[in-house]
Amino acid sequence: MSGGMKQLDLRRFPGFFAITLACVAVLYAPLMVVAVYSVNESTSITRWGGFSLAWYADVFTGPESPKFQRAAMNSIIIAVLAGTGATIIATSAAVAMHRAGRFRAKTATFALINLPLMVPEVVTAVASLIFFTAIGFSGGIGTILLAHLTFCIPFAYLPIAARMQSISDSYEQAAMDLYATPREAFRLILLPLMRPGIFSGFLLAFIISLDDFLITNFVKGAGVETLPTAIFGAVKQGIKPNIMAISTLMLGVSVAFVTLSWLIGRSGQKTQ
Amino acid sequence: MAAMAPGGASGSDIYKGNAVKLLLPTWLVIGVFLLIPVMLMAVYSFLTKEFRGGVIWEFTLTAYDQFFLNRGLFGDDPASIEWTYIGIFWRSIWQAGLATILCLLIGFPTAWFIATRDARMRTVWLLIVTVPYWVNLLIRTVSMKFLIRDEGPLNAALMWSGIIDAPLGIINTNLAVQLGLFYSYLPFMVLPVYAAVERYDFSLSEAAADLYASRWTILRLVILPVVKPGIIAGCILVFVPSLGAFLAPDLLGGAKSFMIGSLIEEQFKGAAGNWPFGAASAMILMAIVMIVLLAYARSQTRETRT
Amino acid sequence: MNKFLATSLVALTASAAQAQELKLYNWFEYMPQELLDAFTEETGIAVTMDTYDSNESLLASLKAGKLGAYDIAVPGDYMVKILADEGMLDTFAPEEMPNLGNIETQWLTVPFDEGRKSSVPYQWGSTSFAVNREVFDGDIQDTAIIFDPPEELAGKINVLDTSGELLTLASMHLGIPQCTSDREQLKALNALVTGAKPDWASFGSDVAKDVLTSGDAAAGMIWSGFAAKARGEGAPIEYAFPRQGVIVWMDNLALLKDAPNRDSALAFMNFMLEPENAATLTNYAQYSAGVTGVTEFLDPEVADSPEANPPEGTKTVFVEACPEDIQVMYDAIWTNLKK
Repeated sequence: MSGGMKQLDLRRFPGFFAITLACVAVLYAPLMVVAVYSVNESTSITRWGGFSLAWYADVFTGPESPKFQRAAMNSIIIAVLAGTGATIIATSAAVAMHRAGRFRAKTATFALINLPLMVPEVVTAVASLIFFTAIGFSGGIGTILLAHLTFCIPFAYLPIAARMQSISDSYEQAAMDLYATPREAFRLILLPLMRPGIFSGFLLAFIISLDDFLITNFVKGAGVETLPTAIFGAVKQGIKPNIMAISTLMLGVSVAFVTLSWLIGRSGQKTQ
Repeated sequence: MAAMAPGGASGSDIYKGNAVKLLLPTWLVIGVFLLIPVMLMAVYSFLTKEFRGGVIWEFTLTAYDQFFLNRGLFGDDPASIEWTYIGIFWRSIWQAGLATILCLLIGFPTAWFIATRDARMRTVWLLIVTVPYWVNLLIRTVSMKFLIRDEGPLNAALMWSGIIDAPLGIINTNLAVQLGLFYSYLPFMVLPVYAAVERYDFSLSEAAADLYASRWTILRLVILPVVKPGIIAGCILVFVPSLGAFLAPDLLGGAKSFMIGSLIEEQFKGAAGNWPFGAASAMILMAIVMIVLLAYARSQTRETRT
Repeated sequence: MNKFLATSLVALTASAAQAQELKLYNWFEYMPQELLDAFTEETGIAVTMDTYDSNESLLASLKAGKLGAYDIAVPGDYMVKILADEGMLDTFAPEEMPNLGNIETQWLTVPFDEGRKSSVPYQWGSTSFAVNREVFDGDIQDTAIIFDPPEELAGKINVLDTSGELLTLASMHLGIPQCTSDREQLKALNALVTGAKPDWASFGSDVAKDVLTSGDAAAGMIWSGFAAKARGEGAPIEYAFPRQGVIVWMDNLALLKDAPNRDSALAFMNFMLEPENAATLTNYAQYSAGVTGVTEFLDPEVADSPEANPPEGTKTVFVEACPEDIQVMYDAIWTNLKK
């Protein structure tokens, strides 16, 4: 650490950790409510009827359980596919926008990439349904996937592009001076540097896809459900305990996912 | 080098000539599956409305006339400027702007904190911030409502601890909407800011510190300019979706007044069934957002040139 | 029952080649899964059900391209008329619907589907409002509770977020007809709702029950079955039958045009006209069936619920579908209210 006498830790700012903790508290407080009421015996969110795991049993054995399980499966598959697809497309677009110099239609392309953000959801929903019907695509997983892929792109693009802007091309230039092909320069130099941006972009695209109700509800085929469309009614009229149990389970799955990634990261570090 | 899109340091052209190849997927996917449908909507906004939804293929400017000109409750007063919809737009822009500032004030320190952990913990922290979003937005919003309602846990805890005597009465206020929007879009700020901060070179801070700059001066004069692309990206990702949001205003704000999102939704899914007007409102909204975005892109270009 | 079996056999042979299925488009939270399972067990027809959240969003998605994807939808009374006028409904012959005779007489000849050619009853109920009796114990049998509320309730009222029901109840409060073109009456209506808005805490339809059980609202416009459920969950509320009258509505199973499985659709409509099945639905939704002979299958608390049994002499009104030139003015009042 330079700075002589001052001994400033320049990575730290007073209060930032406290804000982060407050932020996490706000993010999780409502979910604590969900978790607590998922073990509530009573059917009403406002009344405590004693501890019970009945609603978890209901998720797996209740009359609607096959529907919910299929819906959760569909949601995750669609979110993974749409998130991955959008991330790849967005990465490629970000490289073009920031490493391919000037070209015509650059401004227009920037506007096009951001278009899915700008169109109000219900307009996208109605217009997509009209469009799919007109070109003879019948609703199903396919139409949901196409719609999700489209609206996920800017969510993946913006973090990736923000990252790219802060990476100077001198590393790649140096590699190419050492006879790396542009392809190698991209794969070996740029891609690793972009990784945090790509990871952020994928996470955003993934949660956006996982969350979408309105557009999905319009373009989906009869009987094809994602988790949001399957639970929408049961939530809008005041959440039912079985929905809270499902949400808590989803949360559990994602926490397991976090733990796993932490463990993998740790073992990766050890072997290094 | 002028990078037309948010440019900054990246006017590079080492993949010059590959632009078309690299952008083809984007053009195809968004161009076909969104641009064409949206252009159809643009056409709809100039068509005659069919009663109870749909359009009749006859050109008219009625939808735009309705948006900008007031002809009274019965449609036959002399035309004057219509403030209703401009007011609704203004309210939405104001709300979305506040939510963006709130997200930035909380999101930047959070992103900074995460980016300064060691590599392994960074991933964990990022996931900690995004995990709540595995639970559907509707559920999160309804739970938030439960938490802040007058007889809910938050007020109960505050009253029990003696901090307040009466419920705060947040529910069905603008404050509740703010809280809901903040809660809906926080990671959209944190992640792009993180992606930019993670790249920050601390030798810059050290150099500044050597020149006796204080911590906060370094933040303002050295760090913020460098991580600006991430902040801008985060602001776009929070502001634009907040403009059209309807869950938080409806559930937490009590739906007493239209926001842009609910106004447009009403035209397609409500009793009005006025598709051309819904389409026209959407076009006006998109035009506003587009102008802001392109003005930003242009200012970037100018900055890079000088 | 035999008649029904006969029809389902006909249906079975008619399309024996394909797998039997039915595509139902229904309101959310309006159909117990058990009933669908019972139908599948009885007929071998697999049911897929999608949901929507308002009559208008049903219309919007049918218009945007979903016509032809579903066999049956569940539109409310005025929406049956609108769908029929839009040419979105198919018709059936009386002999295709053996259980047509099970429909209560008053629901057989209805203005929105003369002679029941396209639809059969699903559930009917009423719309007025409910009041938390712990907050206000005075007279609640008057629409003034909503539009000119007593001090205890002012600022603690939720109203339905649908222009049709809110403006109709407001018209009843003023004693003016629906779909009026009289300017003074429309101005009075506009003044009434904008004047009452400061007394309302929120607009919400799906949340109408939730706000009453949670105590967020002390009074609220609500549908009868919803009020019954809220009371069942322990909310100290009373559903009102105001002297100005209540709004009455009926949701119907309507046969959609271009139904991919018309025979399955008819089989299902017939199935739902069986008193036992209609009763299962009523026990779930807590409205009323519109089918004769259901009483013996009803849970006693549903059969005797005060919400479903209006006092003698209660005035009832259907929401009317206004012609275009008049609807425009009601839309303007609604926008003005929510601007």
